[in-house]
Order: sequence, then structure tokens, then C-alpha cells
Amino acid sequence: MKKILLFAVLTMATAIMYAGGYRVSLQGNKSLAMGHTGVGVVSSESLFFNPAGMVLSGDKFSVSIGGFGVFSNVAYQNETTGASARTDSPVGTPVYAYISYKATDWLALGLGVYTPYGSTVEYEDDWAGSHLVNNIDLQAIFIQPTVSIKLHDYFSIGGGPIFVSGSVNFNRNLSRTLTDINGNRSEVTIDADGVTATGWTAGLMFSPSEKLNIGFNYRSEIILEADEGTADFENIPNSPLTPFADTNITAELPLPAELTVGLSYKFCDKWMFNFDFNRAFWDVYESLDIDFEDPNIPDSFNARNYKNSSTYRFGLQYEATEMFTLRAGYYFDESPVRDGFFAPETPRNDSNGYTAGLTFNVSDRFQIDASFLYLHFNEVDASYDAYTEDGVAAPFRGTYKSNAFSPGLGLTYKM
Amino acid sequence: MKNIYKIIACFVAVGLVSCDPEFENSVEDQGFYDAGDANFTNYVAVGNSLTAGFADSALYITGQEDSYPNIMAEQFSFVGGGEFTQPLMADNLGGLLFNGQQIAQNRFVLAVDAQGNLGPAILEGTPTTEVTTSATGPFNNMGVPGAKSFHLTASGYGNEAGILTGQANPYYARFATGPNANVIEDAASLNPTFFSLWIGNNDILSYATTGGSGVDQTGNLDPTMYGPNDITDPNVFASVYSQQVDALSAGASGGVLINIPDVTSIPFFTTVPAQSVPLDAATAAAVNAQFAQYNSQVLPGLVQLGVITQEEADARMINFQAGINFPIIMDDDLTDVSELLQGPPLNLPADIANLLGQLRQANNNDLVVLTASSVIGTTPDPSNPLGVVGVSIPLEDSLVLTAVEQERVATATASYNATIEALATANGLAYVDARTALAQVAATGVPYNGGLLTSEFVTGGAFSLDGVHPTPRGYAYTANIIINAINETYGASIPTVDIGNFGTVTAANGI
Repeated sequence: MKKILLFAVLTMATAIMYAGGYRVSLQGNKSLAMGHTGVGVVSSESLFFNPAGMVLSGDKFSVSIGGFGVFSNVAYQNETTGASARTDSPVGTPVYAYISYKATDWLALGLGVYTPYGSTVEYEDDWAGSHLVNNIDLQAIFIQPTVSIKLHDYFSIGGGPIFVSGSVNFNRNLSRTLTDINGNRSEVTIDADGVTATGWTAGLMFSPSEKLNIGFNYRSEIILEADEGTADFENIPNSPLTPFADTNITAELPLPAELTVGLSYKFCDKWMFNFDFNRAFWDVYESLDIDFEDPNIPDSFNARNYKNSSTYRFGLQYEATEMFTLRAGYYFDESPVRDGFFAPETPRNDSNGYTAGLTFNVSDRFQIDASFLYLHFNEVDASYDAYTEDGVAAPFRGTYKSNAFSPGLGLTYKM
Repeated sequence: MKNIYKIIACFVAVGLVSCDPEFENSVEDQGFYDAGDANFTNYVAVGNSLTAGFADSALYITGQEDSYPNIMAEQFSFVGGGEFTQPLMADNLGGLLFNGQQIAQNRFVLAVDAQGNLGPAILEGTPTTEVTTSATGPFNNMGVPGAKSFHLTASGYGNEAGILTGQANPYYARFATGPNANVIEDAASLNPTFFSLWIGNNDILSYATTGGSGVDQTGNLDPTMYGPNDITDPNVFASVYSQQVDALSAGASGGVLINIPDVTSIPFFTTVPAQSVPLDAATAAAVNAQFAQYNSQVLPGLVQLGVITQEEADARMINFQAGINFPIIMDDDLTDVSELLQGPPLNLPADIANLLGQLRQANNNDLVVLTASSVIGTTPDPSNPLGVVGVSIPLEDSLVLTAVEQERVATATASYNATIEALATANGLAYVDARTALAQVAATGVPYNGGLLTSEFVTGGAFSLDGVHPTPRGYAYTANIIINAINETYGASIPTVDIGNFGTVTAANGI
């Protein structure tokens, strides 16, 4: 299993951006076009949004695959010093593939592969905040076998286990000032891949009428524990005072539990309105701690102190013609980052997401799904206060302005 | 509205390019910071080792990159400042070669020895900066390590032919425009739109660091007669300084003058305590016995003869006790009685007479220099365990800056500083009271984002391992106080730097 997962990670190159910490809410083109709603929607993407909806689909078999290009940018500046920086992050490419098969009227089976977490942020090397991060590349791929059961005309359930394989590569300078004799900044690269973990998801759906679905979905917390990571130190002064030699590391990265409740309501024949409320239990992310195996190297404690956060999602669908279904949406995404813990590796303040998209019905069986997201962040004055040198706090302050664009394309085959 | 267009444009550009987020007011926009009434297009810095970025007893590339003028020039770039060039050395070792012969030592680094002791050590390696290989100028940083005020206007100060005789300066020889050039003319020829001048430190510093072994030349108006460790006459200083200010301000929109800090602010003089010799009761008694005749007969006899006053006799008494003692020192401001003691009636042997000639015990008004720490308490002659420096062998005059010598330094410094301030006022230039700023570092420390900057040797962060020159962090602090003065004088709003981002001492073993 591990080898398969690893292979998948390597070949899919899912380098992604953020959305609520390092959560990337891009798990389906139909759903994203409607503000990434879906807990109360029955669609080819239900496997992720609410497995209980799978069995309610009218299709015997469906495959939905797709991906997104994520263009995310962060700008930083400090008016006191004039320091400024811009990220030059590579294009993120989150992907998904959902297969569902309706075995009987009351039972559907499915398999999903998707990438709901990830973060690739690349600042210029040795920028003003390089003691916190130069670059980070976090990737995780989820594989989810799923079962969906219709218990009653009004009531279905669904769920399944989740197998995760993740990797992280993180580079930062050791301090604000340490250099080798030639002035090259001392830095460390933490690398861990093939980190596996498991979790689960479960959902319910009430369908009290043809027009109304009420959904509920829970995704469990998953802790990625890197036991075989490495730390590579570069540009270290040749001195017993700086005993930084390459070593192994252990570290943990939590992927928080998520609860979603919401509904879809069909009206005026061709219209559908969706509302999802997400609650992400980010308070599990208290600290990013790196334990260096070499006893001469002090362990690294990086307080994060995330708080639970909510996202409010609204979506609208209009079946314009036989060929075209149009969608639009909006969401407000609360940041899990508290004041004073604004770390530049996940520079997240509250954001507003504007989405749109369409499905083109090529034939009865083929659909092309397209979507677009513009994620807007307000300019924010923020600081990370938990950084210390020699026991003295040295807050990293500045003004951040971020944005992200994400066009997506998908294919659905159904029968 | 602007944003709406931007968003629309971004939608159009989807998938092809990424749209950069824009700040409402970007620090990169022209006009975010204001140059005020000054023009920073062509900034030229003139001075000595401090201006050059000298640290750890040497000049080397990374130190030069963190020179205060270079830090300032980077901040000037926010208000129209142009390129700032420096005569970078060839390496980070710091030593100098002259025709292949090493004439300046490599830098200090913080090293750990085999016993685990931490201290400055000279970085190993053969330096690669050859004085005779000229650096290609012109250079905005005209800081010349070792230069005194009058050197800047001395023609031939950069003439290679004069280096080995001490007539010329090897650092200036690297980039002087010709054998007869002088620093100020070279600097003025760059047509600075803005300048800084920080000179005069060495006019008292070499006297101080050599424990007052030079001469206070106050009253001698001919600097060509001065030795390397002499104090420059304040009128000579005022005269050359005034010429320099005139030459640099001629075409400039403005400039900044920086005054001379007190030597008592720097760890070279404050690290080794005057009271530093531990003795037990038995040893103290034995040593006192050796000086009994000197205390009870020689000194009173000299008073009786009218050779010294009772006050001087009291100051010359030697008395050790169990505990930490003041060392005995040679003080050249005492009456030299070595000849007298060899004659009748005492007829002391020459070696004893020379020992007692200008001898006294140190006191709390003396400043013992940093380099004395490796001498005090040692036995230079291994065959004579009783010959202990500070107990039976006096500390050399060059290792102690006595109260009398400090007074000479302070008097000259005060006079130079009065000149500097008056010329700043008269010419409408910014004036930086570096003396007060450094005194604050020494007295209370200066808080910054992530710590407290103090003048504690090695650990305080402000001073490099030579105990005299700042660290990059110390230079950054200096740059900030200069920028603040410029902002005030010229109504500018140049941003300062976060000094916590600048390093202090460099750890290294060997290499």
C-alpha cells in the first residue's frame, strides 16, 4: 500500500496552496463553482462532500476526475524598515478522482483519490522573514474507499476509511543572523516523505422532499507523524559553538477534523441553492515541533496556537439549457490564525472566495466541468510573536497582502 | 475602482499569468518615503576604519558589506539613492599583503580552544588582498582605516612608496587616484550630492589604546612632527576639519557630521578590571616585605629631598593584601627617580632603581587595556617563578591608561566635538552625537527587537572582537542614529533598519 501511495504522490505532483491554514478546498469543479458547497448536493462529487449522497444518484456508474491550477501570491512589507518580499510559488495542481458504482437501489460503492491539504510557498532566499521560512512544500494525498447506503426514503448514510500519504519539505535560516565565515546564511532543510496515516469520514443525508436535501458530514482528524525525516544543515560555521550536523528528525503535522452541515434546495424548476457551514477543528495545531535526533542540536518549537475556524459557503446552480448548467458561489473563510501567530509559511487572514463555473453536457454520458475561483484577502498588519532568540522574543511584523486564482477543469463520465 | 479593473484583468489573464497582489501603499512606490530637502543620488562617505567597516581588527568583505555607510546607502535607495560602491577586500580573512609580504594581521574570530575556553583568535589563512593591486574605483566609501583628521588632506597618503615607512596608508593606497592624491580631493571629485564625515577618532584613540605611550601634541601646530600615537592638537583638528567640510559640502545638497565617542564607552578599556591580581595572605605579606624599604625609607627620603611631593609619595606606596589586588604599573607621568636612586645615599643597583623609577600600584581611576588580560599574572621568565607581572614586574605603561592620560584624551575629544558641532550648525548639516549614543550603549544598553545591545565584550553585541570597532549590529545601530539625524535635519523619512537582523561576532575554529 505504501509503495502505491508513494508512487501516486510522486507522479501526481500535487503542489498546492492554502485555504484555512494549509487546507486546500478544491475537491471538485462542480462544487467549487458553487462556492465549494456540496454536503446537501447529490452529484458525481458526493463521495468527498457527503458520501451519503452517492446512493441517491440516478446514475448506475460515474467517474469524475479533474484538477485545478492554483496561482497564489503573497506580498510582504515592513514600513519601518522598508523591507519587502514577494512569494514566487510554483503553480499548485490539486487533483481529484471519484468513482462510484451503484450496486443496488440501496447500496453504492466508490473509491476516491484527492488532495485536500498542501502548501507550497516560496519566498526569496534570505528575505526578511527567512528565519521563519524560506520555502515550504507540503503535500498529502488521500485515498478513500467509500460505501453509501439508503436506509429509508428520506434517509441515507455513507462513509469510509481514509488512507493518507504525505510529504513535507521545509527550509528556513537558523536565525536572523547566523552565517558561515563568508557571510552565507546558515540554514536547515527538513525533509520527510512517504509519511502515512489513516482516518475516516462519515455522512448523513435527509431528503424530506424532492426539492430539499439536508446533509451532515464529518471528517476525522489525521496526524501525520514523520519518524524518518532528515535535517540537512548548510553554511554552518566551523565551531563547537554551532554543532549543527545533518541528522534525522521526527515531527508531527495535524490535519484537523472537519464538520460540515448544509442543505440544497431546488426552486423554480431549474434552480438550486446550496448552503454549507464548515467547522475545521484547527485547535489541534498547537505547535510545529521538530525533534532532532542529534542531542547536540536543540529541538525546534514553533508555536502555532491555531483556533477552530468556520467557513460559510453559498452556491447557486441554473440548468440553463440541455447542454449547459451554470454555477456561481461565494464563501467567507475565517482564518484559524490568531493575532500574534501569523507565520509567513501559511500567511492566512480571513478571505472571501468568489466562484463561477459551468458544466457542458457533451452527450448523455460525458460532461466537461469547469470552474474558477478568485480568493480575495484584505491587506493585513500582522506579526508572529513566538519567535525567540536566546530566550528573548523577537516578533516578526509586517503587512501582508495575498490573493489566489484557481481555474479548474474536470471530466465526468456516467451511465 | 482600480481593484475592480485589476480583478477583471486577472480574469482575462487566467491561467496564463499570475496577478501580483498590490499594497494600497507600497514601500516600493516612489514617494512612500521622502528625501526631504536632501538629494541622496550620489552619497559619499569619508572617514576612518569605522566608515570602512573595519571590525575584528581587520577589514574584510562581510564587514564592509555591513559598514554603516553601506547600510545607510541601502536605506537611501528608498528615497532616490543611487549605487554605493566600496573598495571591497579580496577575502574574508582580512589581512593585507604588500608585494607579497603580510603587513596586516587577519581578523579575529571567536574560537574555542582545546580546554573549552572561549576567546578571540586570529583566523588562520594567507590573505589575498594585495595592496599594490589597485581596486577599481571610484568608490563612494572613502573610509580609510587608521586615518587621522589631518591625513585626509595629506597628499601622498596613498603613495605605495610610503607604506613601509609609515608615511602612507596601505588601505588608501589600494584606491587612491594617484601617488600624490589625498582623500578629501578624491572624495570631492566624485561630486557627492550628500556626504558623511566621521573623522578624528584616531586623533585620540591610538594614544589611548597604547596606554598613553604617545605625546599630547596640544600646542604643536605641525602634524608632520607627530608620532603615530600622539594626540592631535585641537587647532590642527579644527583647521583640517573645516577644510574638509568645505570641500565636501561645495556641491552637495547636504551632509552629516558625526562626533567622537569617549574611549570609556568601548570594551577595549572596560573589560579588564583595574583590580585583577589575586593573592593569598602569605604571598601578599612576602611581597609587601620586598617593598617595605621602598615604602618606609625610599619614598619619605624622596619627599625630604624635595624630589616628589607627599601626595606623589602616597600614590607610589605599594601594599598588597589577601584577595584581589591592584597590579603594580609603570606610570610615565610620575617623576622618574631611577637615576637618583642609583646615586648616594641609596646607591641602589640599576635594575632595582629602574623598577622603582616610575612605579605605583594601579587604582580605580586607571583603565587597563584589553590586551593586558593575557599578560597580568604571567611569569615571563620561566626560570624565575617570583617574577609575576602585576606583582613583582610592573604592567608596562602601554597597557594602562591612567587618569592623567584619560584627562588629556577627554580634553582633546571635547574640543574636537565642539568644533564638529559648531561646523554642523554653521553649515546647516546634520549632526550626530555618537558620543552620547555610545555612552548609552555602555551605561544601560539599548533595547532592540529581540535583545539589549550593550558594550559587554563578546556577548554585548555592539563591539567586535578587537574591543574597539563595532559589530555589524553595532554599525547598524550607528546607521540608524545617523539616519534619524538626517531625517530630522532635512525633513526626510528614510526608514531605519532592524538591528536584530545584523550579526555580532563570528564563531569559527581554524578553517
